[in-house]
Amino acid sequence: MDVKRRKFLKIAGLSAVAGLSVPSAFTNLLQGGEALASTAGRGAAEGSQQPAAGGHGGHGEEPTGVQYGMVIDIKKFAEHRGLAEQCVKACHTEHNVPDYGNPKDEIKWIWVDDYAHGFPESSQYKRNAALKDLPVLLTCNHCANPPCVRACPTQATFKNEVGVVVMDFHRCIGCRFCMAACPYGARSFNWRNPREQYANGNYKFYKNGINPNYPTRMRGVVEKCNFCPERLAVGKLPACVEAAGETKAMVFGNINDPNSEIAKVLNANFTIQRNPAAGTKPSVFYII
Amino acid sequence: MLEKALVGTNKYWAWIFFLLGVMGIGGLFYLYQFNYGLGATGMSRDVSWGVYIAQFTFMVGVAAGGVMLVLPYYIHDYKAFGKITILGEFMAIAAVAMCIMFITADLGQPMRIMNVLLHPTPNSMLFWDMIVLNGYLFLNAICGWVILNAHNKGVHYPQWVKPFIYLSIPWAFSIHTVTAFLYCGLPGRHFWLTAILAPRFLASAFAAGPALLVLIAMILKRVANFDAGEKAFQKLGTIITYAALANFFFLGLEFFVAYYSRIPGHMHTLDYLFWGLEGHDNLVLPMRFSLTIGLIATTMLLFPQIKKKESTFALSCGMLFTSLWIDKGVGMVLGGFVPSPLDRVTEYVPTVIEIGISLAVWATGALILTILYKLAISVAAKEAA
Repeated sequence: MDVKRRKFLKIAGLSAVAGLSVPSAFTNLLQGGEALASTAGRGAAEGSQQPAAGGHGGHGEEPTGVQYGMVIDIKKFAEHRGLAEQCVKACHTEHNVPDYGNPKDEIKWIWVDDYAHGFPESSQYKRNAALKDLPVLLTCNHCANPPCVRACPTQATFKNEVGVVVMDFHRCIGCRFCMAACPYGARSFNWRNPREQYANGNYKFYKNGINPNYPTRMRGVVEKCNFCPERLAVGKLPACVEAAGETKAMVFGNINDPNSEIAKVLNANFTIQRNPAAGTKPSVFYII
Repeated sequence: MLEKALVGTNKYWAWIFFLLGVMGIGGLFYLYQFNYGLGATGMSRDVSWGVYIAQFTFMVGVAAGGVMLVLPYYIHDYKAFGKITILGEFMAIAAVAMCIMFITADLGQPMRIMNVLLHPTPNSMLFWDMIVLNGYLFLNAICGWVILNAHNKGVHYPQWVKPFIYLSIPWAFSIHTVTAFLYCGLPGRHFWLTAILAPRFLASAFAAGPALLVLIAMILKRVANFDAGEKAFQKLGTIITYAALANFFFLGLEFFVAYYSRIPGHMHTLDYLFWGLEGHDNLVLPMRFSLTIGLIATTMLLFPQIKKKESTFALSCGMLFTSLWIDKGVGMVLGGFVPSPLDRVTEYVPTVIEIGISLAVWATGALILTILYKLAISVAAKEAA
């Protein structure tokens, strides 16, 4: 069972390469699977990492192979107030993220916070007032060098062929070592049974019902953002990116493909990453 | 040999049934946690480890502390430890058993624990911790059992056990080093991200483990007519003193680095633990109490008069053990989560369920220890007769 599921996750990731952003996918195919072969090698070496050479800002050697990433344009979210919350809702509805209504049991894959808490390592000194109430979307950074993958004792969390840090909910033993290891607070734990029902059969914590396209989880396992492999597999964008829509407040794609939209956005803008000094090489970039 | 544990006074049986009672109640609490999930504890998204992992970490130290008897006795042929060394080895067995129970109690999916063996992952420090802990349990069980059996039969222990004894010495250091690696290799947690964490763990372990052993040996002297010998007690006192001095010296180094460098990430957790952060100060009182009694106890132990008198020696060992228990078994793990990677302070308060389960693990450890000590003492009594 386990093996099949992991294979599915990997195949879903692979088909995502073909499904997403037609021109870049086409280039990938033309390269005769060379890019895929090199990423398969990366997959095998999951958990290994290159030391961040040169400088203490986490810049080091550029990772190669397919690495999905995201650019989050905070300015655009500030222009479209409420949009960030819609992105969160789209994600949590898509993935059947339970809502317990209390911070102790809270599970979140993507959420809105402010600049000071999203970027506590950067200086807050004499920052312009406008920065203070910008809606900053935070989620898993799908690091090129993820500490959570290194910490996991069962490989229940691993980097797939397209650079996404995914979870195998059926292998996770719930030790929460990954939660201690993540420098971004991106991981949540199922402290109780999210599938609990009322006597009348209604779910207690799935306030918007259940999306049959994505599994619900059981208590005792860790979960987090996975860049929507189930959507990528059918050629769709991640739910949050789709919710941001035409505003282009969120751009998604292979950051290592110079012809991808995201690579062009990264090239044309000054972007920052959360806590780059941790050397994790986050794949989520911010335009502030 | 096990039949020796089945013969005892009424007090012995009362103690055994008391422990079984605590285990039973804790077992019921665990049943509830097993069915409800870890939400039955005080842990949350921000403080994702609590009492279980903190106690686990502390007990690894107690287990490693046994080496402070094994090393002088077997390497330096320190004869005064002849009677007490077996107590150290058996304490290590009980402590490692408690470690395994605390880890299991902390798992969200305990039925899947074998996944760690099914999918061995050498890049995970938890994988190595499993290996060193089980290895240490095995080594101490082999050495303790074979040596006790030899004593029981009135013969010298067989030569083949010697390599296991020697191996158990570096192995004791390894269990606490790898346990420190669980924490100090995580990039986002400033408080744990310190190369001195493993030395700190070892120093506190070599003080707390022997201090507990001194207290237990004093009890055994009264209730079981087993005297480890004054010389052994005094030497243990010296070992405890030096380990405690090293422990507080290392703690002082942490304070210096944090407050002289003024790097916020280095200061925040110490601020939280000893002064409170953003109005959150649950741990301030216990941590200050821990530091105070720890320093007083260490100072007391420096005076030979205090160490020589049984009552004051017991008092200083008890104070030191309590101090280190709070420091490592509470503050060290909980402090690492404050502030969170998003620079927020979430406090953690254990629930009754969690405390009940922890007490049951302690009771189970005490039961294992009682049975093993009963065997050791019966054999010693037989030898003396």
